[in-house]
Amino acid sequence: MSTIRGRLIMIGILALGSALSLLPRNVTLRIPNGAGGVKDTVERRVPISLGLDLQGGIHLALEVDESKGPVPDCADAIQRAERVVRTRIDQFGTTDPVVQIQGRCRLIVELAGEKDPARAKSIIARTAFLEFRITDMQNQFQAALPQIDGVLRRAGVKSRSAAPSAVSQLFGNDTSKAAKDSAAEANTPGALSSLLFQGQLPGEFLVPEEQWQVVDSLIQRPDVKQAIPRGIDLKWGAQVESRGATSYRPLYAVESRPIITGEELQKATARRDQQTNQSIVEFVLSRRGGRKFGEETARHIQHYMAIILDGRVQGQPPIIKSQINQRGMIELGSKPLQEASDLALVLRAGALPAPLMIVEERAIGASLGEDSINDGIRAGIVGVALVILIMVGYYRLSGALAVAALTLYCLFTLAGLAAFGFTLTLPGLAGFVLSIGIAVDANVLIFERIREELVHGKSLRLAVEDGFKHAMNAIVDSNVSTALTAFILYLVGTGPVQGFAITLIIGIAASMVSAIFVVKTLFLIWLQRRPTMTTLSV
Amino acid sequence: MIRFFANANYDFIKWRRWAYGLTAVIMLVGAFDLVIRGLNYSIEFTGGTLIQIEAKTALPMGQIRQSLDNVGLHGATIQTFGSDTSYVIRARTSAEADTTGGDTVAVAASVTRAFDATAGAGNYRFERTEVVRPKVGKELQGKAFLAIILSFFVTLIYLAARFEWRFGLAAVLATAHDVLATIAFISLMHIEVSLIVVGAVLTVVGYSLNDTIIIFDRVRENLHKYRRQNLYEILNLSINETLPRSVLTHGTTIATTLALLLLAGEVIRPFAWVMSFGIFTGTFSSIYIAAPILLLIEKRWPGEDARGARALGARAPTPATPTAPAAPRGAPAPPKVPAR
Repeated sequence: MSTIRGRLIMIGILALGSALSLLPRNVTLRIPNGAGGVKDTVERRVPISLGLDLQGGIHLALEVDESKGPVPDCADAIQRAERVVRTRIDQFGTTDPVVQIQGRCRLIVELAGEKDPARAKSIIARTAFLEFRITDMQNQFQAALPQIDGVLRRAGVKSRSAAPSAVSQLFGNDTSKAAKDSAAEANTPGALSSLLFQGQLPGEFLVPEEQWQVVDSLIQRPDVKQAIPRGIDLKWGAQVESRGATSYRPLYAVESRPIITGEELQKATARRDQQTNQSIVEFVLSRRGGRKFGEETARHIQHYMAIILDGRVQGQPPIIKSQINQRGMIELGSKPLQEASDLALVLRAGALPAPLMIVEERAIGASLGEDSINDGIRAGIVGVALVILIMVGYYRLSGALAVAALTLYCLFTLAGLAAFGFTLTLPGLAGFVLSIGIAVDANVLIFERIREELVHGKSLRLAVEDGFKHAMNAIVDSNVSTALTAFILYLVGTGPVQGFAITLIIGIAASMVSAIFVVKTLFLIWLQRRPTMTTLSV
Repeated sequence: MIRFFANANYDFIKWRRWAYGLTAVIMLVGAFDLVIRGLNYSIEFTGGTLIQIEAKTALPMGQIRQSLDNVGLHGATIQTFGSDTSYVIRARTSAEADTTGGDTVAVAASVTRAFDATAGAGNYRFERTEVVRPKVGKELQGKAFLAIILSFFVTLIYLAARFEWRFGLAAVLATAHDVLATIAFISLMHIEVSLIVVGAVLTVVGYSLNDTIIIFDRVRENLHKYRRQNLYEILNLSINETLPRSVLTHGTTIATTLALLLLAGEVIRPFAWVMSFGIFTGTFSSIYIAAPILLLIEKRWPGEDARGARALGARAPTPATPTAPAAPRGAPAPPKVPAR
């Protein structure tokens, strides 16, 4: 009697603990309020975290992008990037975002319930490297254009433009000496200069939108890079400008040395300017950065300053009218406020140490996830019903005991998932349904063993005792080997497959407890109640 | 009391050559198919873009294909997915597109344009987007292969420790047979090989081993119990004794797998197909492959009690113990199976 009581207490504790860990509890949800901030709401729900394939959301794998130059230590870069991305995501406002490093050089980001993959991607993968540079005030680049054209001509690059003039005067009327020289030197139009139109300010050029890729490929050539004067870089503008019927993409010649970078940035907020109706990001620099910025801007009064974000010049470089200290702003033109607040967000969180590249992306709609859950549960119910039918039909009362243990099995498995914080994925759900079929295997083994012992003429009690004892070897060996393969699956697999492996492992553990311990207890109670019983319903 | 195969006494091992033949046919046909068509890898392994779209009304497939062609997605395949308003578009990434990096967004944008043209904007929505770079796909291929090899290795060690190496080797060979047969099945059915399907193959590995171990466990026990019988008889006896269990457990597992196959939706279906076949081949191989292979191994490298040597042949001299002392009280005489 005492052993039965001890067993029942044990089962009671297990069941109670499992039920407790599955009790709905308050979960704080962060919901973006639309203006860039987040608001916290509290919701009661069962604490099993669903995988992205079940609740919808975005899974991204990012790696250091080395196409724009090698990165010496990718593990270090990813570690620093992880901190930056985490800060950005926290402000982005999703519930329980996952940001983790996988292996050495890969960053995993999971946003459950997120519906706008494009926006999430742009926020995560944006380098957000901000710098301020003075434009080419001495027109050094323009002066070097004839030489560059010469380099290209010698390399055999033909001018694609039929325009006879060299650097054309599109706006304004200050005549460029360099352009005339260039035209005089060779009567054929320069390969590069014929595509560039003088802009409104020193160092600004306009390129017809349909030609910008040609120009970009020309200025990327090593021989052309060599010919560009030292201390000058070429940067494309971020926005396309339309003048009349044609669109132009601005190209800026700027100093290589930034007067200040985004590292010194402390605060950034987005707002819409009431008068001009422009989206604006206002920023505040650190004290040290402010001092440096003050000194630099004082030296460059009446110069144009390009605001460069991730290598693209934002808007038209403004003229420095007076010394700027800690405060400044970036004008984004007619872009929506959402974009300005996203920019403010990434600027606040800091720049990525290296550009990141998305190597894997999965976005799953919430309704698809819901369908998957419903289908999975339906399959589960039908599967369980069939198993119950087979077990009770074949083993009668013993089968009913096994089915009773099966409900405990389900409880234990789900509690195991909740208690260890594992995620339930769609393959996991399939694994769970499948494991119900396998879970009764231990009982089948035991019952068959008991039947054999009975056939051998043993007494009821002894047959039950020996049946459990003799079946144990087979149960342990078979379950351990299945658990081993599941464990390897967990080690080697990713995402959904890991979810499957975990569900399988927990299921195996739970089935051993329920099939061996719980069912044996039920048998003992049964034998206790009917001491005179001579036949067993097995 | 219902009892299936209660005192079954079939000579399973006798049919081993037929089983080898059947298996060889499946594998040859599978290998032939594999060479001709190749496995249908999902974009997880090849790299590329998968987009699932749910439209409000059914759209003519030809028209969708036409508009996909119009927007420049020539290599893309389109299929309905479960219902006729659900479409899956797959575009494999070419190597050069991967280096530019802009392709992923471009494919999504192109699909948007194509569906705007066919269904009209707002009449459809993106349900699922998956983008994988070929580099990641290569890694996954390696990992999947590694997982299967590792699982063999670990099982071999575990079984060698729990039984002895002959049993371990036989179990692993039978399981390797299951993996090959399952791959042949995947190839013949043209099932898309995704991560979930690889997971299913590994589950088949676990399940098949499980099944083999149940029989081997009984063989181990019977070898101690019945000293007079040769291995051929012991194997047959053990398979027959575990037959009710096999029928029952396969019944419940097949029931749940069928439930998954029919009810759990399109995403899980390939998994369920592979599992269904795996359960079948796992059961088959435990009886017709694992046991005969054990026999062959024992014959080639006889164990300590030299019963392998007389595994197939005539009775060898009686072992030291004249009777069957290990047999439990009241144990019936083991069924006599004629040795060949």
